Amino acid sequence: MPFVNLQNVTYKYPLTDKPVLENIDLQVEEGEFVAIIGPNGAGKSTLCYTLSGFIPHFYKGELSGRVEVAGLETRQSTLDEWVLNVGLAFQNPFNQISGAKYTVFEEIAFGLENIGVPRDEMKERVERALEMTGIRDLADRSPYSLSGGQQQRVALTSILVMEPRLLVLDEPTSQMDPIGTREVFGVVRKMAERGMTVILAEHKVEWIAQFADRVIALYEGRILLDGKPGQVLTSELLDGKGFGLSRYTSVAREAQKQGLWPKGRRLPVTLDEAEAGFSLSRSRARQGEGAA
Amino acid sequence: MNIEILDLHHTYPGGVKALNGITLTIAPGEQVAIVGQNGAGKTTLVKHLNGLLLPTSGSVSIGGWDTTQYPVAKLASRVGYVFQNPDEQLFTRTVYQEVAFGPKNLGYEKEKVEALVEDALTLTELTAQKETNPYDLSPTWRKMVALASIIAMDTPIVVLDEPTTGQDAANIARMGRVIASLRKRGKTIITITHDIDFCAENFERVIALAQGGVLLDGPANQVLGQEEILAQTYVDPPQITRLGLRLGLPEIVCTQEQFLRVYKKLASSRAEGL
Repeated sequence: MPFVNLQNVTYKYPLTDKPVLENIDLQVEEGEFVAIIGPNGAGKSTLCYTLSGFIPHFYKGELSGRVEVAGLETRQSTLDEWVLNVGLAFQNPFNQISGAKYTVFEEIAFGLENIGVPRDEMKERVERALEMTGIRDLADRSPYSLSGGQQQRVALTSILVMEPRLLVLDEPTSQMDPIGTREVFGVVRKMAERGMTVILAEHKVEWIAQFADRVIALYEGRILLDGKPGQVLTSELLDGKGFGLSRYTSVAREAQKQGLWPKGRRLPVTLDEAEAGFSLSRSRARQGEGAA
Repeated sequence: MNIEILDLHHTYPGGVKALNGITLTIAPGEQVAIVGQNGAGKTTLVKHLNGLLLPTSGSVSIGGWDTTQYPVAKLASRVGYVFQNPDEQLFTRTVYQEVAFGPKNLGYEKEKVEALVEDALTLTELTAQKETNPYDLSPTWRKMVALASIIAMDTPIVVLDEPTTGQDAANIARMGRVIASLRKRGKTIITITHDIDFCAENFERVIALAQGGVLLDGPANQVLGQEEILAQTYVDPPQITRLGLRLGLPEIVCTQEQFLRVYKKLASSRAEGL
């Protein structure tokens, strides 16, 4: 059985008429790095809550279909069983930071304390996690004295330290500086290579293309596309629905209209692909000149 | 209305030094983006513009008003500040009341308040949501309500802290349209952003901060092409700019239009064997 298995999942928040997720079928293998894209309101956060057990254990409402992670079914298990396998980093770090701790170090140890990890092991794991996400220098600061992007790194670290088998990230870099964002994607990629399964909701298409194995496009609560980053992120099915394109894709598409993009070549998503296409198109222009 | 910042230092209680001597002048009607690493001092800097923070040393003056000499309530008539997190500023029961709160407090007459609110709601595409409770809107639209409530105060200077965080492409485009309208009205707009592509497409001047000081300050094309210097403050050039640099285009490009213009010229000159 796949590590993550959603079958025909439909969910409606309390006091609402329309389901936010409709007939979602999603299977993810252990160690896969899957990105979820979609316009605001498509259901990305709701899907993250469903995978991490917040739905149905915290948010009530109506959930139907099967939600299985690591062989457990969400409604047949308790939240404390669930958190041993799955960690969620919230979109807004203000909502995640406990408010019960004075330092970043203690904040990151909070989850481990709650599952009764021995003190020495706990310290060692916190140290390692701080190192991994590059926030050792923040260890003694109060989580509330940090900038938005720094808080986001703390929020992510406090989940990574739990070493969940499934890591669910809801726009974990929305407040981060650009190079910080790239670094975090690199850390997440490394976790996936060590066998952690990652499901990430994101708008930052360039980094998704570079780091994720697979992309799911979510639209109005349904899966619109599911495939390799290069295919999904350049698909015309995304047009006019509020999906973001990488600038490389949009500039190449415009160039294509003006005959400046090599005929038959797939549109680029990453810098390398854009560079390759535009260099080729220039050398063809030169060859054209040679033939004339 | 000029903004004059002179050797501004700020140290938070507890000893974290956030700003280390910033000197800047921003002229009326300028569109300025502030970029830089998390913790570089961006939010600390802009909180000095309406007196939410006061200098530890140095000075900040808004149209000749020294911020230490005027209360925040008074400075609010000159500088509107849209918070990064809208939930820190929204508190009334309807969108209309929320947006009317600012102009009412500035003491405007009823007719003027109504006109300002209608205008702000139109600009932010919120007219249909007048009677909605802000907390029944999605976070995206709450951000628009927060922006509308500042636009309605009709201040000559508008400060936006991370206006595109967590927004999809359609909302980012809407934010761009609002900024373009405000620019046409001659407003000074100062925006903190990590969305460097958005910055390239909507702002003419870019200031890069690093460790509480100014690292770079100039026209977008000059600042955003400095890949190595920007890396010191954890900023990458915009995607289009990076592509231009990789291809060795003869000028720094920031937008798709600039890229295609330069690339086309180059491609055709190569084709002619020049």
